Amino acid sequence: MHRKMSHSRAPIIAAAFLCLLACGTAAAQMEVTGSWAARNHEFLTGDGLPVDFTGIPLNEEGRIRALSYSESQLAMVERQCQGWPAFYLVQGPFGLKIWSDTDPIKGNVISYTIGAWEDRAPLTIWMDGRLHPSKYAEHTRAGFTTGTWEGNTLVAYTTHMKAGFLRKTGAPSSDEATMTTRYYRHGDILTVLGIIEDPIYLAEPWVLSRSFQLSAAPLSPIGPPCVTAYEGSVGETAPHYLPEKNPFVDEMTTKYGVPRDAATGKPETLYPEYRKKISSGAAK
Amino acid sequence: MRVFVIATLVTLAFHATAPRAAGQGGAASVAAGGASTAKASAPVDLTGYWVALVTEDWRFRMITPRKGDYRSVPVTEQARKIADAWDPAADEAAGNQCKAYGGAAIMRAAARFHIAWQDENTLRVESDYGMQTRLFHFDSAAPRGERTWQGYSAAEWQRPASLKAATTNMRAGYLRKNGVPYSENAAVTEYFDMAPLPGGGQVLLVTTIVDDQRFLQQPFIVSSQFKKEADGSKWDPTPCTAR
Repeated sequence: MHRKMSHSRAPIIAAAFLCLLACGTAAAQMEVTGSWAARNHEFLTGDGLPVDFTGIPLNEEGRIRALSYSESQLAMVERQCQGWPAFYLVQGPFGLKIWSDTDPIKGNVISYTIGAWEDRAPLTIWMDGRLHPSKYAEHTRAGFTTGTWEGNTLVAYTTHMKAGFLRKTGAPSSDEATMTTRYYRHGDILTVLGIIEDPIYLAEPWVLSRSFQLSAAPLSPIGPPCVTAYEGSVGETAPHYLPEKNPFVDEMTTKYGVPRDAATGKPETLYPEYRKKISSGAAK
Repeated sequence: MRVFVIATLVTLAFHATAPRAAGQGGAASVAAGGASTAKASAPVDLTGYWVALVTEDWRFRMITPRKGDYRSVPVTEQARKIADAWDPAADEAAGNQCKAYGGAAIMRAAARFHIAWQDENTLRVESDYGMQTRLFHFDSAAPRGERTWQGYSAAEWQRPASLKAATTNMRAGYLRKNGVPYSENAAVTEYFDMAPLPGGGQVLLVTTIVDDQRFLQQPFIVSSQFKKEADGSKWDPTPCTAR
């Protein structure tokens, strides 16, 4: 009898041991699903004035392109529902609704999805080890995203986005831009760190972050549908400004005292030493 | 033999789960009560020179915003009145030039920070802007002494790789340089996390949560990022200014 019980216990103990090891691996991850409310205590959208590229390290080409942008483009029927790329996730005013899809047999997470907003497509983070598609594959507004866990941090990497905008005010992004997002959870706070690279329009990686708070009230996983409407003719060309002709280029200066170099996103303006340039009157 | 196998498995299982329990507990102060010091048990190396990347809230951080500009801070009516009455000359006259450099606001400043171990259980965080010094104490959670601009910070490691600091005992100060106030009863909770920077380098992410029932309608939550620098060659100590 004793011998029988010992034999029957051995596999159970071994299984329990293996489970504990496996559970240890699983517990190294955090629960990121749920409704995460925006608090908007950081002003990231920069959409208060037409020419506000403060904090974006634009290169010269990016700056020229940004200053050519006219928000009247959004009156064009074909652009009204273009939405914003995945970068907007870290800037927009809305919360995040995150859910997972699991393998029905193994129970592991295949993907996380961050629900859409009215003007941002849903973002799916593939966790199943699949590779990014060929560089010739279709680019979409949301792009293609894969994710891994690094300790308790979810790390996602997005490629294959359509050319669009880094910020709603017209700072451009190319279809070669990528974004690495890291999701840090501390209690009921989820902080998303975004590192955006764009070899065409950025002089250096653009690093920004935003925090969300766990919400008991469920957020909607979808935004309202975008419906186009005729808003009058904008002429035969897309609204734009020719070089040196943007009438709003000094609005940040007159309204807030922000030098033009900072308003137009020169990389040096992101660093503390630029403050001395301002105080000495050397900032332009 | 069977007893030995079972004992070995149980021991291994215990070791496999022990770090997980510490991480989930969220208050794994390794130094407290253990033989190891906070420095020796640090799961992440935060030391070095860090420069703020002012990629957000530029006009609130790089320049002094105009009086009454408290956009995105959830101020109470009482706080609004104080901010509207901001008088930098009065702060200078009262010797309160450092009011905007206190523990609730300093990590949001456009500044460089030097993080180093002061002793085995105290992490020192210095700013060149305003020349402030914060001390993160791993060995005691009780605030001591008079209120100061930086207050008293109790720190703990959070597995696998975060630092949590809880700061109280501060003097009343400003969340922004234009006089948006926090009270002396404000409490600050901060989380320090690291990330690699593409092409090499490191980013430090600091999530700051300010609780102040008197001047904030809800906790004020911001996150700031810093890039690691090779050395202190750009360190530029400058005293506090009220304007």
